[in-house]
Amino acid sequence: MSTQTTDIRPAPRADGDALLAVRDLTVEFGARKDPFRAVDGVSFDVRPGQIVGLVGESGCGKSVTSLAIMGLLPKRGNRISGSAVFEGTDLISLSDKQMRDRRGRDVAMIFQDPLSSLNPVIPLGIQVTEVMERHRGLKRKQAMPEARDLLEKVGIPDPNRRLKDYPHQLSGGMRQRALIAMALACQPRLLIADEPTTALDVTIQAQILTLLTDLVRDSGTALIMITHDLGVVAGMCDEVNVLYAGRIVERAARHDLFADPRHPYTYGLLGSIPRLDSPRGQRLNPVPGSVADNLPWTSACAFAPRCSQPIAQCREQSPELVETDPGLDGPRLLRCFNPITKETS
Amino acid sequence: MLRYIARRVLQMIGVMFALSLLIFAWLRALPGGPVDALLGERATPERRAALRKVLGLDQPLPVQYLKFLDNAAHGNFGVSSAVQPGTDAMQVFLTRLPATMELTGVAIVLALATGIPLGYLAAKRHGGIFDNLGVLLSLVGVAVPVFFLAFVLKQYFAVDWQLLPLNGRQNPDLNATRVTGFFILDGILTREFDASWDAFLHLILPGVALATIPFAVVFRITRASVLDVLDEDFVRTAEAKGLTRQVIRRRHVLRNALLPVVTTIGLQVGGLLTGAVLTETVFSIAGLGDAMNLAFQQKDFSVLQVLIVMAATTYVVVNLLVDIAYAYIDPRVRTR
Amino acid sequence: MAAMNLNRKKQRVDELAATTGARVEGNVDAGGIKDAEGVSLLASAWRRLRRNPAFLIGAVVVVLFVLVALFAPVLTGHDPSTRYLIGEVSQQNNPVPKARPGFPLGGDPVGRDLYARLVFGARNTLLVAVLATLTGFVGGLILGSLAGAFGGWVDSVVMRVVDIMLSLPSLLLAFSIAALFGRASQWSVILAVGIAQIPIFARLLRGAMMAQRHSDHVLAARSLGVKPGSIVLRHMLPNSLSPVLVQATMVVATSIIDAAALSYIGAGNADDTQPEWGQMLGQAQNLIDSYPHLAVYPAICIIVVALGFTLMGESLREALDPKSRR
Repeated sequence: MSTQTTDIRPAPRADGDALLAVRDLTVEFGARKDPFRAVDGVSFDVRPGQIVGLVGESGCGKSVTSLAIMGLLPKRGNRISGSAVFEGTDLISLSDKQMRDRRGRDVAMIFQDPLSSLNPVIPLGIQVTEVMERHRGLKRKQAMPEARDLLEKVGIPDPNRRLKDYPHQLSGGMRQRALIAMALACQPRLLIADEPTTALDVTIQAQILTLLTDLVRDSGTALIMITHDLGVVAGMCDEVNVLYAGRIVERAARHDLFADPRHPYTYGLLGSIPRLDSPRGQRLNPVPGSVADNLPWTSACAFAPRCSQPIAQCREQSPELVETDPGLDGPRLLRCFNPITKETS
Repeated sequence: MLRYIARRVLQMIGVMFALSLLIFAWLRALPGGPVDALLGERATPERRAALRKVLGLDQPLPVQYLKFLDNAAHGNFGVSSAVQPGTDAMQVFLTRLPATMELTGVAIVLALATGIPLGYLAAKRHGGIFDNLGVLLSLVGVAVPVFFLAFVLKQYFAVDWQLLPLNGRQNPDLNATRVTGFFILDGILTREFDASWDAFLHLILPGVALATIPFAVVFRITRASVLDVLDEDFVRTAEAKGLTRQVIRRRHVLRNALLPVVTTIGLQVGGLLTGAVLTETVFSIAGLGDAMNLAFQQKDFSVLQVLIVMAATTYVVVNLLVDIAYAYIDPRVRTR
Repeated sequence: MAAMNLNRKKQRVDELAATTGARVEGNVDAGGIKDAEGVSLLASAWRRLRRNPAFLIGAVVVVLFVLVALFAPVLTGHDPSTRYLIGEVSQQNNPVPKARPGFPLGGDPVGRDLYARLVFGARNTLLVAVLATLTGFVGGLILGSLAGAFGGWVDSVVMRVVDIMLSLPSLLLAFSIAALFGRASQWSVILAVGIAQIPIFARLLRGAMMAQRHSDHVLAARSLGVKPGSIVLRHMLPNSLSPVLVQATMVVATSIIDAAALSYIGAGNADDTQPEWGQMLGQAQNLIDSYPHLAVYPAICIIVVALGFTLMGESLREALDPKSRR
């Protein structure tokens, strides 16, 4: 058990070369008197070309984090604090117009449901070229051939015809490929993918993930991968942040996290992935309970009611995110009074 | 697409056929029967006998019905007894059509030109004062009887403040040349632009009165539809692309939100004709609504018959056109 | 898209019916305990309504209107058809008596008490509106249930008839019906206005019932061997009623306005011993230039009451179908 407490909020490694440095990001919804904290002091770095995972159940704040970074949260009804410094500029403090200039050019995003994320009454070609027209000053005529190449690059067959097609004429996987093409049209340095495969068939999921990994590796684009599925993360992320109730509870390099999960929540999530090598008949081990059982972070560990091994301290004191014994591939941060050890697992 | 149109046309024929049966039955159910109804009570015995022959009243009902269909197919609905005595009823309809088309045209343009932008603004400021005020106003607009509103407008703008002409379609002193019966168009064709302008001024008050209900409908449908579209994921995608507000509004929000508005335009036909009866009466405009009113009061059933048939036809045809237009602008319907 | 084959107006009405109807049905299915679920649905609707100012204003207006109609004789000591001021009307050149003690709004052109006529007018207005709505409701109920419950050719025939009624402007339809009566009376107005409302009710009800025909609880009842008639009456109809009741609230408003339009056009009740607001407004138009107040008072009454019913109907619809913002 590591009780190495620090009085300052544990800043993750101060990487001078971070592409995006998120510090203490907090998003509150609802009335000022009784706010709901969807994101509660989240800090992490993304280095150029790195693939970082944000993992957790729905409602843990992972999507809100990404929307806050993108400046896509509704203008009213929420309060954002903290910073998200991208190439020296704090995106959170930018005006709507300044952020508009960067979205789609420097930072791009793809979403969960490819059908509803595409405009049903506009041909695909225009939906790809409009982002080039906006940020690169191209005319539609000039942009079309490039859009064609882009569609080809993301693996859409017969791209010339597809440019004139409407979203409903494409298959689900094809639509997600088109959305990826739009996101990459201006060669952004950072791409945020919010559950990009959840709405797709399992076989298509793997294809899309491979495509996404290949594309960002080739172009050196950094990727924030948001998912509830640790299986998705396992295949592609360099570093993984596990979020619970708006806070990061564990961060580690991919191999370290999977080989040696320390937080009981991470452990539970891993247990809920079906494995081929587990004995037949053994039940999956999902995390019992739901987020409705949470305790407030201010005076306890929010996860305590669902935890497999809580101790008295968990209900009395709020755990900090602290560096513990590093893993094989890098440092590890953990927010837990009674972490899983090799013996207990 | 072609099959879709064909099916709609077939459906339309079905409706018109059923309508002909109803009108046939209706004419025979009128007090005094079809002869009294079509000729009026004071007609001479000779004319009665002649009409009885034309309608084939001495023959069995099915034959009568076939005769009726045959007449209707040739636009032959009898002769007006009161609205324009002695004139063919179909001719009465045709002479009065331009006035009503001008009036309803102005009203629908007005309703769209105000309803769409205001509905969009209300949705953008959903829950705000402007939004609530707009919704309340649209509800009030529906609650005010059209003819009363027409009177109030006339009283203030024409009588008290004398800003706009009192009634009619054009100042008769202008002695404008008639070409098509559409007064604004006539003025342009004959280069009598002052006549066009005068006809336009005459249309403002009745146009505003007639536009209130379609405005309320267009406003509320635009508002609801924009609210729905603003919640759509593709708007978020457009935002994530960093597109300018104008492009998002025009290309992504309005393009989708206006689809339901297009269909409502067709549905306004019936309401507009009802409103035209009332506004034309208030402003003494010799259009179809006025004819409908006169025909009813003076029991000119030849004219009433034409009006019923033509109103239903217009409604069905306009809605067919709207559906075809809709299929054209919504690729999900067009390309399959 | 199959939906495109339908006329769009029908589709909109059907969608409304389907959303409201299907949701009620979904609630019943989900719990399996009909009453408990039904109550909670109504209870939650009521909770939403209580906080909605639009509903409260509408409800207050409607309640006041009904109270005035019920207690008309208490609110005025005068009879609406007695020509109290006839002496003044015939003596002077000024045909409309001014306000005076006992006659707060003055008299009408034949010397009757305007205030008393307005108060008693609430009675006939309510009567005409409610009976016309009821006519449309019952007619729509019969046609809609027939079409919705049996489908097939019954549905086709009924719906073609409804299509025709929809394709005619409501006033023209009302004219055509009024023309069938030799003399216009209160009853011809009620029937003309009411029949013109049948198609909307029929469509709504059919849509709601169609949405249920293949739902689980109807299939369950059928598989248990419940008779078709009983399924329609006891299972499908009750679950289809909520959109229809919402519509009925708003049709009351339309009926009042339509009746006024008929009066104005001269198709209204000519006998004005029992006044009705639409009739008062219609008759006052001849004198509107010199005596606008004769038209303004009944017009305000009509506008306020129609708005009250509309506000109530709209907020009811919102409460029963939280997703709709229309």
